[in-house]
Amino acid sequence: MDIVKELLGGSRLALSRTITAIENEHENASSIMRELYHHTGHAFVLGITGPPGAGKSTMTDKLARAYRNMGKTVGIIAVDPTSPFSGGAILGDRIRMNGLTLDEGVFIRSMGTRGSLGGLSHKTADAVKALDAFGKDIIFVETVGVGQSEVDIVKAADTTIVVLIPGMGDDIQAIKAGILEIGDVFAINKADHDGADKLQAELNMMLDLDGLKFDWRPPIQKVVANQGEGIDDLVKLIEKHYAYISKTGKLAQRRHDRTKTELLELLNSSIGTYVTKHIVDTGRINKCLQDIEAHRNDPYTIVHQLMDELLK
Amino acid sequence: MMEKRIRVLVAKPGLDGHDRGAKVVARALRDAGFEVIYTGLRQTPEQIAEAALQEDVNVIAMSILSGAHMHLFPRVVELVREKGMKDVLVVGGGVIPESDIPALKKAGIAEVFTPGTKTSDIVEFIKAHVK
Amino acid sequence: MSTEKEKIQAELDQYNVNVEKAIGRFPERKNLPEQRLYTPLDIKDTDYADEIGFPGVYPYTRGVQPTMYRGRFWTMRMYAGFSTAEESNKRYRYLIESGASGLSCAFDLPTQIGYDSDDPISEGEVGKVGVAIDSLADMEVLFDKIDLGKVSTSMTINAPASVLLAMYIAVAEKRGATPDQLKGTIQNDILKEYSARGTYIFPPRPSMRLITNIFEYCSKNVPKWNTISISGYHIREAGSTAAQEIAFTISDGIAYVEAAIKAGLDVDAFAGRLSFFWNAHNNLLEEVAKFRASRRIWAKIMKERFHAKNPKSMKLRFHTQTAGSMLTAQQPNNNIVRVALQTAAAVMGGTQSLHTNSRDEALALPTEESVMVALRTQQIVAYESGLADVIDPLAGSYYVEAMTNKIEAEVWDYIKKIDEIGGAVAAIEKGYIQKEIQDSAYKWQMDVESGAKTIVGVNKFQIKEEPVKGLLRVDASVGERQKRKLAEMKAKRDNDAVKKTLADLETACKDANENLMPHILNAVRTYATLGEICGVMRKVFGEYEAHTNL
Repeated sequence: MDIVKELLGGSRLALSRTITAIENEHENASSIMRELYHHTGHAFVLGITGPPGAGKSTMTDKLARAYRNMGKTVGIIAVDPTSPFSGGAILGDRIRMNGLTLDEGVFIRSMGTRGSLGGLSHKTADAVKALDAFGKDIIFVETVGVGQSEVDIVKAADTTIVVLIPGMGDDIQAIKAGILEIGDVFAINKADHDGADKLQAELNMMLDLDGLKFDWRPPIQKVVANQGEGIDDLVKLIEKHYAYISKTGKLAQRRHDRTKTELLELLNSSIGTYVTKHIVDTGRINKCLQDIEAHRNDPYTIVHQLMDELLK
Repeated sequence: MMEKRIRVLVAKPGLDGHDRGAKVVARALRDAGFEVIYTGLRQTPEQIAEAALQEDVNVIAMSILSGAHMHLFPRVVELVREKGMKDVLVVGGGVIPESDIPALKKAGIAEVFTPGTKTSDIVEFIKAHVK
Repeated sequence: MSTEKEKIQAELDQYNVNVEKAIGRFPERKNLPEQRLYTPLDIKDTDYADEIGFPGVYPYTRGVQPTMYRGRFWTMRMYAGFSTAEESNKRYRYLIESGASGLSCAFDLPTQIGYDSDDPISEGEVGKVGVAIDSLADMEVLFDKIDLGKVSTSMTINAPASVLLAMYIAVAEKRGATPDQLKGTIQNDILKEYSARGTYIFPPRPSMRLITNIFEYCSKNVPKWNTISISGYHIREAGSTAAQEIAFTISDGIAYVEAAIKAGLDVDAFAGRLSFFWNAHNNLLEEVAKFRASRRIWAKIMKERFHAKNPKSMKLRFHTQTAGSMLTAQQPNNNIVRVALQTAAAVMGGTQSLHTNSRDEALALPTEESVMVALRTQQIVAYESGLADVIDPLAGSYYVEAMTNKIEAEVWDYIKKIDEIGGAVAAIEKGYIQKEIQDSAYKWQMDVESGAKTIVGVNKFQIKEEPVKGLLRVDASVGERQKRKLAEMKAKRDNDAVKKTLADLETACKDANENLMPHILNAVRTYATLGEICGVMRKVFGEYEAHTNL
């Protein structure tokens, strides 16, 4: 396919159009991905998550600059929520990265969640693969860590940074339940504000209680992202984590798990597509419903019959 | 299964800081179901064109109130065409005298929205003209 | 007394019953304010002496001077400037000959953001929205044949205000005027640049330092200069409500006062030179109430919060400009009427100076002819309308007094909220103020589009129109001419002296205790350019990055 050849040849437009095909679930998307897949697996994927207003985009901007200074090329996927009312979205992360736009070693793409919560993690994972095949060394996936779907997106990362800020009050309890467990490295942003020390102490306590992570106790780094303070130290911790997961085989394990999850998701989604096409769109489902409502048949038997048919 | 959305880059080229209109339009486009990438103030034509490419937008919407539109709008069109984005719809708005509009259209600006334009007219225009 | 109130209450109740009946037959228009009538009951808790009082007396609700316009009219100050210094100088002299009593300089965007005309980023912007000033050489031409010892000059300049003020002082010196004779204002209000106007350069901290440096320098050397014009104008233009305009601006004012006090200045040493800048919008009576409320609030803040002792420190003096955002591109002559009503509001609200917009400004920069109409509008209100003949003529109107109280209460609520966030700087950094303004702007737009708000000629009474002819066009060659002038000037000046003063400025920037004004003045005198001086400060201070939340 031309678009694949162009992408692999370094066309940013082809890369951009590929991500659009993925986002739009265009019919070509799976054939593009089929070809691109064999060119992936080289990039280091960094997840950045945290509550709204934590300064994730600014942090991503500064980290990307640090990696650029180390001579690495960078891809960034920034995910923002789609309005459930209008279906539209303001994708506002890019404004904090305007300084990177003209750097040819950086490619930034904003994505809306578009309500397809289940499919989003799969779309971002494919967009990451497109950037990987394009040859980016480091790929950032930035998303608001408020719901399970966002957490799923970040799970696709090799290393995940959870960004927190002081002054969130009791929110920390909620965060503890949600994203604490996925953080490999914690960054306390706006560390020049009151409450940073308190947050650090609380976080330390929670992380110490979390016995599951006995061999990698997630470190905490204080950062003032908009002034660049603490960024270099944060990079060191990221690199340290990367070295740790590489050495212990955990990176291979993570990627193995990820491949498994992706394979299953792909399979599930294909079955879903099949079901929609052959049972919902054809109207066959209405016949099934009538049978159930008239007590001529029951849902369990019907599913059993349909599955037999599907697997034949 | 298609999940297509119209994607719009809203930008303020040049040095002009009056972004009331750009922000109101950005919100109105969001409420019309578009995905809006707002890049804010002081964007050069080069930055706008490159952001449009990376975001693969269908529309670039720019606003200028400083009078620099004759220089900046056509430059953006030129750059996006150079980058191979043949279909992207480029529209402009702001304090723009009627007499400048023919030249802007000739330079590839699809439409110019002057003060008093309803945001719903902008939405309709985009829906009708996006390829 | 209470029987009097009971009597009014009883009659009001009866009136309301009658109204309900009348509405049955003649329904009211839609989208009106809830309360249809104001009576003495609406201001029964307002203590005349404490809250309203007398002109020239705390809390200054009725005006800051005892005689107001019975002594002399407000300063009719027309904001102007475009193209090169030569062109703008011609316009200034035309305005002075036409009876304008003060100058108001508009600078082009590169100048406002500290870039020279030959910077690549200035391409297409040179001389467009104001005059291009690259160095002292341009400033000398701009004020050629204008007596700086006599004229009062207002400069709309913010991030590089220190540099332009230094240039003004340097020109005056060359003409033999001493700094203590100079009268005028620099806008110098960086906080509203972050929240509404967009022409910032440096981050908040060094910007606040520059501002307090100016306060300190002027209190000693340029005592008649208004060191800041704390501006609500642009906040309103960005879409805020009347109460938000006052609230966010006064919060900015509080931040400046706090910064100066923190820098070791005595409040009474600088507060008397603080001035404000308000918008005159379409709702005439609300605007009058707004102006009155603003004076009362500032007086209370200066007295109670900052313990100012000198009455001058408590007086909110303000410049007004009619609302640019209310001008319509449709049927532009209608704008003359809008501006006349806005002028009436500013005058009845007790403004100290006024700029009236021209009818064609929704289309382009104004022509000389439209500027003349705008200036004449002020003169007609001053000389013919009678509005300037008695002081604070709307005081005692049940509606206006109740509205003044209402706006005041709303402003206090906002100030409290902003204090809780940590002050204006923190509220801007968090995007709180920007978000509030944007929400109001969006609501306004939706109200206009739904017809809940009527704008004559825009969403009602439209006609088919021919494009307006004879608009002012800024000569496209300005940029090239300005670049050439700059290159010639650079070839002539003593470049070693420039280098030395710039190096000295850089050292001074790094020492937070050093006042930068004398160093900037030295650099300006050697014809160091605005871009060079701001470049040095950019290097040390960094640049502000806007984070817009929509």
